[in-house]
Amino acid sequence: METRKNGPDARKTLLTLLFYVFSTLIVALWLLPILIAVFTSLKSMDEIMGSSKMWTPPKVLHWENFTRVWNKVGMSAYVLNTFLITVPSVVGALLVSSLSGFALAFYRFRLNKAVLVLFIAGMLIPFQMLMIPVFRLSDALSLRDTRPGVILFHIAFQLGFCTFFLRNFMRTIPFSLVEAPRIDGASEWTIYRKIIMPLSISSLAALGVLEFTWIWNDLLWSLVLIQSDSLKPVTLGLANMQGEFVSYYNMTAAGSIIAAIAPLGVFLLFQRYFISGLTVGAEKG
Amino acid sequence: MKKSIGAPPWAPWAFLALPLILYAVWVILPICQSLAFAFTKRDSIVYGIQWVGFRNFARLLGDPTFWLAIKNNIIWLALFLLVPIPLGLGVAMLFNNEHRGNKVYKTLFYLPMTLSFAVIGTIWMWIYSPDFGVLNGFLRAIGLEELAKPWLGDKRYMTGALVAVGVWRQVPYVMILYLAGLKGVPAELVEAAMIDGATWGQRLRHIVIPLLAPATVVAMTISIIDSLRAFDIIYVMTNTKARAAEVLASYMYTSAFGYSDFGYGSAIAVVQFLITLAFILVYIGRVLRDETER
Repeated sequence: METRKNGPDARKTLLTLLFYVFSTLIVALWLLPILIAVFTSLKSMDEIMGSSKMWTPPKVLHWENFTRVWNKVGMSAYVLNTFLITVPSVVGALLVSSLSGFALAFYRFRLNKAVLVLFIAGMLIPFQMLMIPVFRLSDALSLRDTRPGVILFHIAFQLGFCTFFLRNFMRTIPFSLVEAPRIDGASEWTIYRKIIMPLSISSLAALGVLEFTWIWNDLLWSLVLIQSDSLKPVTLGLANMQGEFVSYYNMTAAGSIIAAIAPLGVFLLFQRYFISGLTVGAEKG
Repeated sequence: MKKSIGAPPWAPWAFLALPLILYAVWVILPICQSLAFAFTKRDSIVYGIQWVGFRNFARLLGDPTFWLAIKNNIIWLALFLLVPIPLGLGVAMLFNNEHRGNKVYKTLFYLPMTLSFAVIGTIWMWIYSPDFGVLNGFLRAIGLEELAKPWLGDKRYMTGALVAVGVWRQVPYVMILYLAGLKGVPAELVEAAMIDGATWGQRLRHIVIPLLAPATVVAMTISIIDSLRAFDIIYVMTNTKARAAEVLASYMYTSAFGYSDFGYGSAIAVVQFLITLAFILVYIGRVLRDETER
C-alpha cells in the first residue's frame, strides 16, 4: 500500500532526475566543440602539439593569442568592417520592410496575397540564383567592391523575411486602431507613423536581433561582392586566416571566438526576441 | 479582412513602392536573368553573350561532377531529414517542461545556431584534423584506433563529415520549431507519453506525433531548403577545391566564379532552383493555409 501511495511522487522524482541527467548530457555533448574552441584559443602551440586531448583545459592561460589575432592579424579591422555593413543593413531592412508589412497587413487589395507570396518565396530561393546577376548589377552601378553595394543588397534581400515577419505581427493589431483615426481624418502616413510604428517597436526589436545575427554571419555575399581586403568582413577574414594560419590552432580558435562574440552576445541578451522571431510561420495564425 | 473605409485605392501601393522596387531590382529581376543566362554562353560575366539553347543542360547530363553534386545533395537532404527531425523532436520533448534550469539548458543547446558557418567550419576543422584532431584523439583514447580517419582528406568520408557539421547546427533549429509546436500540446500528455513504459511508443505515435504534424511539415520543409542551400560549410572547410564534396550550390560557384563559365553556372543554379521551388511551394501552402481573413 505504502509504495502505491508514493507511486506518483517517486515517479515524478524519477522523471525530474531523468530530465537533469539527459539534459546535462546532451547539452554537454552539443557544446563540446565550442568548449574545445575556447580551451584551444587559450593554449600555447606547444601544449596543443604535446597532446591530442583538445578537450582538456589549458594549463596556462595564453591571452596573448587574442591580442595577437586582434592587432597583428588584423581581426579588429575585419570586425569593424562587419559592424559597418551590419548596422546600416539592419536599420535599412527594418525601415523599408515596415512599409511593405504595413501595406500588406492593413489594406485590402486584389494583389495582396500575390505580393506576400512573392516576398516569402524570394526569401527561400537558393542564393546561387542571384549571384551572377547581382554581381553584374553591382558592377554596372559601380557598387561592386564597396560597402554601400553589400548593404543595399542585404536590405533588398532581407525584405522578404522582414515583410513576412512584420506583416504577421501587424495583423495582430486591432483594425479599429487604423479605422478610427482614418474617420477622424488622419492621413495614411500619419496612421503608419504615429500609430502602427510605435505599437510595433517590440516586434521590430525582435526582427532586428535576428537580422543582426544573420547579416553579421554572412559570408557568401561578401565573397561575391567584395574583393578588397580592406573591406572584408570578419567571416571572410576568418576564412582567409585559416589559409594563412592553418596549423596554428590557437590563433584560428581565438579568431573564431572574436568573430562569434557579437552575435553570441546579442543572442544571450535578447534571447526571448530571437526565439519568437525564428518560429514565424511555425505556429498557427 | 474588413473593407477599408475611406482608404484611397492607391494607398497600399504608395507604401509598397520603395520595398517592391528594391526587391524587384535585387531579387526578382536577377532570378529572371539567371533563368535566361542558363541558355547562354558568355565570354565574361559582363559581356559577350551568345545564345546556345539547351546546350548547357545537355552538357550537365553528361557531366560526372554534376551527378556527383546531385548525389551529395541527396545525401545532405536525406541526413537533414533523418537526423535533425527525430533528434530535434526528442530534445524539444525533453526540454518541454517547467523544471528549474530548463531555460538555461535551452539557451545553451541553442548556441550553435547563432554561430556563422565561418566560425563553425573553423572549429570543426580541428575536430576533424587527422593527427591532432579531437575526433581521432578520442577514438584513439578509447582504443578504437582503426576508426580514426582523415575525415576531410578522404573522399569517402568528406560529405558525411560536412553534413555532420550541418546537422549539429540544424538540430537546435528544429528543436525551436518543435517547442513552438508543443505549445499547442498539453504538457501532461507529453510527460505521460515519456514515462509510461508500456504505451510509450503508442502514445508517441498516436497522440504526440499527430498533434505535431503541422510543426513537422514546417521543420521538414525548412530542413530540406537549408540542406539544398548548404554552401558556407563546404566553402570554409574544403575551400571548394575538393571536388568530392561538391553540391549544386558549390559547383555553381566554382563553375561561374572559379572557371568563368557563367552560362553553365546559371544552368546549375536553375536546376538547384527548380528542385528547391517544389519545397518552397509546400512551405508557402502550409503557412498560408491557416490564415484567417480579417
